[in-house]
Amino acid sequence: MIAFNKYYNRFNVLSVSLVIISLLLLTFKGLNFGIDFKGGTLIELRSTDSKINVSSLRDNLNQMNLGDVSVKNFGNESDFLIKFENNENKNVIEEIKMNLDKSFGNKFNFRRVENVGPKVSAELLRSGVIAISVALFLMLVYIWIRFEWQFSLGAIVALFHDVIVTLGVFSLLGLEINLSIIAAVLTIVGYSMNDTVVIFDRVRENLRKYSDIKIFELTNISINETLSRTLITSITTLLALLSIFFFGGEVLKGFSLAMIFGVIFGTYSSIYIANTVLVRLQVSQKTILREDKD
Amino acid sequence: MLYFSKLRIIFITLISLFFITIASSNLFKFDNEILNKKINLGLDLQGGSYLLLEIDNDPVIEQKLQNLTVTIRNYFKDRNIKTTNFKLIDQTLSFTSDENSRQAILDEFESEESNLNPYYQRFKSHQLDILEENNFFKVSYSKQGIINLKTSSQDQALEIVRRRIDEIGTNEPNILKRGNDRILVELPGLDDPMRIKSLLGKTANLTFRFVTNDTEDSFGAEKLVFEDGSEEAIVSKRIILSGDNLLDAQPRMNSETNETVVNFSLDRVGAKRFGKATSTGIGKRLAIVLDGKIISAPVIRDTIATGSGQISGGFTFQSATDLALLLRSGALPAPLNIIEERTVGPDLGQDSINAGMIALLIGFILVILFIFIKYKIFGIITNVALVLNLFILVGILTLFEATLTLPGIAGIILTVGMAVDANVLIFERIKEELKNEKNNLIAFDSGYTKSRTAILDANITTLLAAIILFFMGSGPIKGFSLTLGIGIFTTLFTVYFIARLLTVIYVSKNKEKEGLI
Repeated sequence: MIAFNKYYNRFNVLSVSLVIISLLLLTFKGLNFGIDFKGGTLIELRSTDSKINVSSLRDNLNQMNLGDVSVKNFGNESDFLIKFENNENKNVIEEIKMNLDKSFGNKFNFRRVENVGPKVSAELLRSGVIAISVALFLMLVYIWIRFEWQFSLGAIVALFHDVIVTLGVFSLLGLEINLSIIAAVLTIVGYSMNDTVVIFDRVRENLRKYSDIKIFELTNISINETLSRTLITSITTLLALLSIFFFGGEVLKGFSLAMIFGVIFGTYSSIYIANTVLVRLQVSQKTILREDKD
Repeated sequence: MLYFSKLRIIFITLISLFFITIASSNLFKFDNEILNKKINLGLDLQGGSYLLLEIDNDPVIEQKLQNLTVTIRNYFKDRNIKTTNFKLIDQTLSFTSDENSRQAILDEFESEESNLNPYYQRFKSHQLDILEENNFFKVSYSKQGIINLKTSSQDQALEIVRRRIDEIGTNEPNILKRGNDRILVELPGLDDPMRIKSLLGKTANLTFRFVTNDTEDSFGAEKLVFEDGSEEAIVSKRIILSGDNLLDAQPRMNSETNETVVNFSLDRVGAKRFGKATSTGIGKRLAIVLDGKIISAPVIRDTIATGSGQISGGFTFQSATDLALLLRSGALPAPLNIIEERTVGPDLGQDSINAGMIALLIGFILVILFIFIKYKIFGIITNVALVLNLFILVGILTLFEATLTLPGIAGIILTVGMAVDANVLIFERIKEELKNEKNNLIAFDSGYTKSRTAILDANITTLLAAIILFFMGSGPIKGFSLTLGIGIFTTLFTVYFIARLLTVIYVSKNKEKEGLI
């Protein structure tokens, strides 16, 4: 048996610091919102001429008065991602096409064009925030129905921890937040909950079984009993996600990366956060027996 | 938990076979109508264009209130009530009257039988709101009036958008209402939406009006520029003909001038008016105005009584074709703005499919290998269930002809990763039970029973997340929530029916064997 409970305090300190750092990052550095939430235009280009590179493309586009243009390679040397903010000009894409053809010859294939107006991006941001809030709320309701309040609190604290720290990592690395990240965050919410609930189920079962073991010891027993399941499921899920990350193409990179962080934090938090909340609230057999009597 | 009746075994086998067949219809062709279904590929996989259009209703409201000015004035004039000082500012029409007429005007606007201000019985609301202060009246559209106006302009715009897109002939366009002032257009397979965008961006409001001899803007005339920006002309506001009177319009080659033109033919009313205008106006210039710009202003040489005519204006064949198309399909009630556009080229779509399939295959193989190494014989059972899970999931998507997107493929891969969780929970529990229980059958039975609540809890939480995403998400994200959500049901089915059946068969043959798992 591994003595997880020996490190409860140390990891709590770590988690609190991670959350504080993440919140600071989110407040001061902020998130790198993509055009879905900020509005603007995105163009993915593939060139057939190996001489064309990011800087020649950027020089060309900078002459066009598009405001702040960002040009990056996307996946490989011949693919480019161009982004700029909302533009009053309705024919801007057509003009870029003409301008590029004029300067480089007909060397580009427009693989993807996305244009999100300011009104739509504000709406998408709002509905994304609502979706995550509703998800957190429903999880709270579900766990509150299924468990005693001490457990609900533990699960929710773990959940917030996972979401905040994952977003903190995105802020730190400057990774782009787009619609698929919202999907990833929601899936993380589901996964983290899933993991926590399995351990809590066992804690509750053990509380009924042993009246003389203190919660500090009892959570450790429960973690150990469910440990191989926790690890196997995390590994298979990570195998699937790594496969998406490495082979699923550029579009799914951000999504799978967010999920990979989420699964790691989710697994960690169900062991070191959710359980320590139970310990700190001094959950005992009485806690669940009272509920059983009701 | 370990007993399966014969009937149930048959049932499970039939369901599995059914979905395997359906799933394989994506690869083979079946003659049967039920079986011959295919998963729809989302725009991000097959390539295509997604456009969200917003109707700009402000000009419509302005125009309606402008028209109302005349109506109100005449209406009260007929009743010997004087109304003066009409002004239209910020979508509010104001006018003044005297103390004696005050009540009569208010009564007229507030009566449920009012001719001037229709009353919507259903919504208990008038079309217009009126405010009065010291005989100064302010009329504006009521909340319900605006909603009705928006709904009707949305209906009209939808019809016109559909006609324009049908004329171009793209395959299976999807044109839907969104809210009360938006229209969503999905055009699969279209890799260059430039032309459609420019066609949808034009209101195509066509009028024929005389060029006047005035030199300045005046009450009945306005200064308009030519389409090519070459010159300006003062044009009367009186409309001889409008696009509504057109029956047909076609691009043609004028053999005399060797110029591309648009030929049009008029309905009966239009032909009559055109005939009259061309007979009284010989020698005058008739301006053909499209969306506030003059296309051309030819001098009338003869009376045209045939009800057909020709528009020239330095067109290329493409621009003549587009103009004819716009005229045939009619004018939009209000300008449309494209507020969101997402276009994916067909080769990127194909790349995404390939990448998604490779990721699925590799993820699948990795998970299967891992589970086999971990659980050996029970690993094989889990993997059989996993393969069937995939087939059933794809089968259900095919049966409902659901739309598969790239995030949807990610959802399937994620399902593969998480689907083994339930079996892992069960097997780990059985291992624990076997520590105290020597009888294999009893240990397996209680392993299944005791792990049940954890499995249900775990899946319900994921399902909740998927449901929220389905209702809040858009497009590709919806595809993700769909596969993730359906994946939960197929997982539970394969774990509790298929994997359990196989487990039962194996365990009953090895009742006495020690260290079974």
